[in-house]
Amino acid sequence: MTLIDLEPEAAQWNQLKKSRPRIESHAKVTGRAEYIHNLSLPGMLHAKILRSTVAHGRIVSIRTDAAKALEGVHSVVTSQDILRVIPEPYFGPAFHDQPILAIGKVHYVGEPVAVVLSRDPYIAEEALHLIEVEYEELPAVFNEVEAATSNVFVHDALKPAGTFPDLKHLAGRKETNVALDFHVRHGDVSKAFAEADHLFEHTFRTQQVMHTPLEPMVSLAELKDGGIAIHTASQSPSFVRLEVARLLGWPESRVRVRTALLGGGFGAKLYVKLEALAAALSLLSRLPVRVALTMEEQFYTITKHATTFRIKTSVSKEGRITGRQCEVWWNGGAFADIGPRVTQKSGFTAAGPYDIDNVSIDSYQVYTNLPPAGAFRGFGITQMVWAYESQADIIARELAMDPVEFRRMNLLRDGRPHATDTIMKDAALVQSLDLLADRMEWSKPFDRGTGTLRRGRGVGIGYKALVAPTTSMAIVNLSADGSCFVHAGTVDMGQGSDTLLATIAAEVLGLDPDVVRVIHPDTDVTPYDMATLGSRSTFHMGHAVRLAAEDALQKMQALARELGMDPTEKPDAAKLLVKRYGMQAGNIIGSGGFIPDYISPDKKTGKSTNITPNWMVGAAGVEIEVDTETGHFRITRLENVGDLGTPLNPAIVETQLSGASIMQLGAALYEEMDFDDQGQLRNASFAEYKIPGIHDVPHHIHTEIVDSYQHNGPFGAKGVGETGCYGVASAVAAAIEDAVGVRLTSLPLKYETLCRALHTSAPHLNPETS
Amino acid sequence: MSRTTMQISFVLNQQKVQAVIETHHTVLDVLRNTFSLYGARESCGQGLCGCCTVIVDGDAVSGCLYLAAALDGCTVQTVENLDADGSLHPIQQAFIDCGAFQCGFCTSGFLLMSKQLLESNPNPSEAEIRNHLSGNLCRCAAYPEIIKAVQLAAHRLNGAQ
Repeated sequence: MTLIDLEPEAAQWNQLKKSRPRIESHAKVTGRAEYIHNLSLPGMLHAKILRSTVAHGRIVSIRTDAAKALEGVHSVVTSQDILRVIPEPYFGPAFHDQPILAIGKVHYVGEPVAVVLSRDPYIAEEALHLIEVEYEELPAVFNEVEAATSNVFVHDALKPAGTFPDLKHLAGRKETNVALDFHVRHGDVSKAFAEADHLFEHTFRTQQVMHTPLEPMVSLAELKDGGIAIHTASQSPSFVRLEVARLLGWPESRVRVRTALLGGGFGAKLYVKLEALAAALSLLSRLPVRVALTMEEQFYTITKHATTFRIKTSVSKEGRITGRQCEVWWNGGAFADIGPRVTQKSGFTAAGPYDIDNVSIDSYQVYTNLPPAGAFRGFGITQMVWAYESQADIIARELAMDPVEFRRMNLLRDGRPHATDTIMKDAALVQSLDLLADRMEWSKPFDRGTGTLRRGRGVGIGYKALVAPTTSMAIVNLSADGSCFVHAGTVDMGQGSDTLLATIAAEVLGLDPDVVRVIHPDTDVTPYDMATLGSRSTFHMGHAVRLAAEDALQKMQALARELGMDPTEKPDAAKLLVKRYGMQAGNIIGSGGFIPDYISPDKKTGKSTNITPNWMVGAAGVEIEVDTETGHFRITRLENVGDLGTPLNPAIVETQLSGASIMQLGAALYEEMDFDDQGQLRNASFAEYKIPGIHDVPHHIHTEIVDSYQHNGPFGAKGVGETGCYGVASAVAAAIEDAVGVRLTSLPLKYETLCRALHTSAPHLNPETS
Repeated sequence: MSRTTMQISFVLNQQKVQAVIETHHTVLDVLRNTFSLYGARESCGQGLCGCCTVIVDGDAVSGCLYLAAALDGCTVQTVENLDADGSLHPIQQAFIDCGAFQCGFCTSGFLLMSKQLLESNPNPSEAEIRNHLSGNLCRCAAYPEIIKAVQLAAHRLNGAQ
């Protein structure tokens, strides 16, 4: 499909570019919003999961007699039972490496091993304690850099799913933990380094964190109408249908997957999580089954990659970056999930949004014996920005350059080639930086504090390439009273997609958005959508709904001509249908599909002249106050700037930017999954894993949208869900260094870490030690 | 009835009700399973996130930990009672007007806590709002909008007096 190049025509819009509340607002403030969390099915069984207690081991035996004997237990299920209904029970979007329940061996602490089914969830829970599993422990590997060359192997052989062409060559590969290696080669890095005025080499690390959506993952399955119906809190109903149909060997038409509103997703509820297990359990029990995780169990289900990023940069004496070498190791945990895509899609942006003639990137997805890592708001981008922006500040400081000026000098401009050879277009990088500097009053004198209270500030900017190529389909259905239904597979998990899709349909059809209803994903009635991920829905589904509405409009014009009505008049479905069918009857149905142009990167060089349909840009600035005696610091100001093209609903996109930035404060300052040397997670609960609360919101927080237009976007728009999280972490680290001269290179930036560093490296700031 | 079964009577959202429960059942169990009320929700399961907040005899409690047995003889209010007269409570309207939620899963708890705050303190400062809501978590981080919504609701409620 050729991309349309829409020109700005905002003056003609009636519905878009106006702030309006979410259309489901009333339901959400009255406690009546529908979440799958609410769902009970008549006669259903509750499933409780027994999890591995060792990080790597062979299963010697599983004794279930005592659990089965407990009154009220329906059954105890292990992989031996699963194999009776699903002969090849391995799933995953990139690799078929994840068993529904452990088969033969376990790969991390927390891997599902057995399930108890009961009508009473308390009895199911109690029975778990009566199951005895004997393991023969195997050596385990946890660190991503060690695992890349370790002789401890998490899997006996690699099993790519076949979905992605660049993974096929890995089929059957043995004695490796590297599930994907991706490379970019641009110019000659060695030459740039040899000729450099300045060379900088650093290693930055990020930690493993969890999304913690407040609606914990939940899936229910029931055998119904000759097939299976799965009700699930999922961001990807189309993929769930496809994958469950593949596992069962059934046509997709016998698998129905429906979702409701999601109580948060952030990437945790993508691909298959509990759905395959729920399906297998309902097939075995012939009863409806509910699989619902606790908050604790979510930590053992999917997480965000920890990373090690080695970055080496050459800079001219004027401050121009001349070469950059990036080596990134992604800790994928025990199952690949979508990690190999993260490795590639974020990997190719690892050198940052900078105009660099010589770039070399090596990005590795590595299996370890930790809980699996997959998509997490930003899809790997926040880990990259943390490293390249931290180094940008270090370089600017060394060269005595202003950090804003250093970035401005090096940022990619529209029309310049990215390291992949794709020409930059509609990436408002310089505009975002300038707007941020303006908001921060960067050129004005800054109060640095005195005594034991020192103040500092920092900025960071990041960018993301929209994941491609992916498909969205939509149907617009006009009723004979003139009201409208939009059938779309986009899942509203709080980002406001229902509101946006209704408004787009209303805009094209000349309707009031209040008469448009967006049907929640149900694969029996909503057409294919790749998934709700990676800030892709505004762009992809926005186009699909626009095209479906335009199709409906054309059909109405054709019908008007056929009925002898004036086809140039604004079409009115009610009038047309009453005339056509003689009463309030019938429908006008339009359909639309969208997939952007894309060229796969070359396997050796990572080059592609069209690696993405668009670039999303986010920048953040912070001011902090550090107590030099304790290391405690307070963020006094957080400024966010985002380039999202046209803000189609300004109030909603501003809260997305601001929410993403506060969420990222959690990963920057507090959140860290804490494992002991046996791979046991020590803090899988909100008692010990702190996410940002209301006291963590800086007193001064402000969000600005850059004035820009995305020429291939629907109504000039592009995605925004992740943009607010890019620049935050490195800006905090820069502000700390600005305040007290201490540079931290690992996340999270904990107070105690800073305290220790202060006492070691800056005793002059502390009256007690000086 | 087994040894651990008991019957409780309480006032739920202005209605006298009875329920047969197990002694280990929580408030959330009885609200969901007996009364089909889903506005109070289990999230962290440890009384640390506030998604399960309900008001028992005027006090906010964590419905995921508070035992149903303890409701016997009490007066219970859930989020579903806020629009009992058919129109939204000013705090609900203010949450809509300020966009004070994204996914909405935590919203019931924030609404009940905000209402409780404004009943005891009609003109809270920003610090008082933050303190009162510090036991409620919002992973979408709509906190700035929540603070604005409480301020707007206070303004409207005071104006109406």
